[in-house]
Amino acid sequence: MAVVARESGSARFRYLLDRVEVLGPVFMAPAILYMVAFLGLPFLLAIYFSLTDITINNIQTGFSFVGLENFIGLFRDRIFRQALRNTLIFAIASQLLAMILGQVTALILMQDFRGKTIVRVAILLPWAVPIALGVLGWKWMFDSLYSIINWTLQAFHILGPDQWPQWLGTSNLAMISVIVVHAWKAFPFVAVIFLGAMTAIPQDIIDAARVDGAGFWRRTFQVNVPIIAPIVSVGVIFGTVFAFTDMSVVWLLTKGGPVNSTQVLGSYAFQVGIVSGDIGQGAATSLFLVPILMVAMVLTLRAMRRREL
Amino acid sequence: MAQVEVKDIKKYFGEVHALDGVNLSIKEGEFLVLLGPSGSGKTTLMRIIAGLEKPTAGEVFIGERLVNELPPRARNIAMVFQSYALYPHMKVFDNIAFPLKTLRVPRGVIQEKVKQVAGMLRIDHLLHRKPRQLSGGERQRVALARAIVRDPVLFLMDEPLSNLDAKLRASARDELKQFQRRVGITTLFVTHDQVEALGMGDRIAVMNYGKIHQVGTPKEVYNDPADNFVATFLGTPPMNLLERGDQIVGFRPECFLPKALHNVQQDELVCFPFLVTRIEYLGSDQIVYGTLGGVFHNVKAMASLSATAPVSINEGQVHEFAIQTKDMRFFDRATGQRVEGPGGNFQW
Repeated sequence: MAVVARESGSARFRYLLDRVEVLGPVFMAPAILYMVAFLGLPFLLAIYFSLTDITINNIQTGFSFVGLENFIGLFRDRIFRQALRNTLIFAIASQLLAMILGQVTALILMQDFRGKTIVRVAILLPWAVPIALGVLGWKWMFDSLYSIINWTLQAFHILGPDQWPQWLGTSNLAMISVIVVHAWKAFPFVAVIFLGAMTAIPQDIIDAARVDGAGFWRRTFQVNVPIIAPIVSVGVIFGTVFAFTDMSVVWLLTKGGPVNSTQVLGSYAFQVGIVSGDIGQGAATSLFLVPILMVAMVLTLRAMRRREL
Repeated sequence: MAQVEVKDIKKYFGEVHALDGVNLSIKEGEFLVLLGPSGSGKTTLMRIIAGLEKPTAGEVFIGERLVNELPPRARNIAMVFQSYALYPHMKVFDNIAFPLKTLRVPRGVIQEKVKQVAGMLRIDHLLHRKPRQLSGGERQRVALARAIVRDPVLFLMDEPLSNLDAKLRASARDELKQFQRRVGITTLFVTHDQVEALGMGDRIAVMNYGKIHQVGTPKEVYNDPADNFVATFLGTPPMNLLERGDQIVGFRPECFLPKALHNVQQDELVCFPFLVTRIEYLGSDQIVYGTLGGVFHNVKAMASLSATAPVSINEGQVHEFAIQTKDMRFFDRATGQRVEGPGGNFQW
């Protein structure tokens, strides 16, 4: 009897992890803990700070609740309005560019050719290399004195001998530069998503479209794209949210300059809240896009579900 | 004039010879079945005719036109796939209309044609549904409608019945055959199911290892197989094959019956003592397993007879079984090819 009892006792522990209601939470716990600690708490703290007049000067002496004053103040701030406009241009343009580049890349990688593996690795590189390293390379390519881009354009006589654009020193060119670099950084991800989605289309359906008389363009836009749309839109949402909130490319390349012409909300929030020490105002700036992005995300996800196959 | 002519088609995938010099001609309006086991090359041959695959060598003619260099869309063919390959994001109407849209047919004509074929296949009430809302049989009819709507010169069907359950398959077989007769379009039908092949084909081409072994009417390939592969591939249970000298003797299990059941003269029969080892009851039929006596001492054989046959057969007992000499087939032992038998009366 005693032996049986002892066995059933150890068995209870031995098979503990076979039970879904135990195993599930065990697997989920690290991710949830991580998200609560590094996303949830800072997010709640940011909401709290955005409703106070906290700065690095009064953080210990005491700060007070100011309601929505920080948010109202944003609209009076000319640089904020400019950063908001820049963010929209930066996010939409870079995302569009990344989508086009990504889809073309995916279509190329679907073909069979020699050296495909090497090309595949090379194309994934921008995504894999640390962002600071990649942007450093671009910084040299855009350099005011040593720009290899200008040198190449001159060598091909696209630029005249006395033309030497200041990529990071002129407002419009600086914006184009950060957009291009962000798209360069983002397009491998889009390509991978496209590639994954495309390879998931059954070969029979592609063959059926060919037999039914569809040429390349009709196959692409009337058969392939609608089928992969639900998968790709998840990638697009991720990419767009990332582009709206990211500041790394801008900060590393131009720090928002020249004269705030590439200032985006992320970099401006960092500038105001961390560099200048106005934590409340910085928090309000960084939180500004949250409700807008959330609504956009819910709408997109809902539209996607309606399209589900 | 043959509607489709395939001349010496070869298709190599590296070392694998998927097709090894295939010649085939399909007559106008004919329902030809390509029958063979998995990996015999039948689907590859169909894909080459469709233009979805390029042959390593050989020529494909549709009508009188050499189509080797033409893409699938220029061949005016239609294909029904095993998975039906309906476009999942399109409603039934748009699925059927798709081949017409690619031909830039005016919208009014498209409406009319889609309604016409949908009516013919009795799916006109499904036009506003998505494929995922349809049953297997309905999907199959939509795939057929999509195939026929553009009036193709050739139908290619790649095991279109194999995703249906057994009961539905029988009725779908009948519907499909009647449908093909009605529209009269030349059809190439790929299957590994001999019941489909025998039941539907005007002619059957039996394939194995990238070669066509025999082309003939269902009766020809069943009753007069060209070699021992065709003999054993067709028929359930397959033909009994017994080695004798440099020949192989073959006879169908349903021709191998208790002697009492044969209503012919003694001299038209070849008799064997048959030790019954097991009887398999299959409802309408029974399959009798056992070993032969006499010159084929201890060789295994099968007999298939009606479950209601008026004889009593018991496991473990020796019964006298017989075959009519006209039902015996002879094959060369080395090549497997059909040869003439000794003829007339022969002694075992």
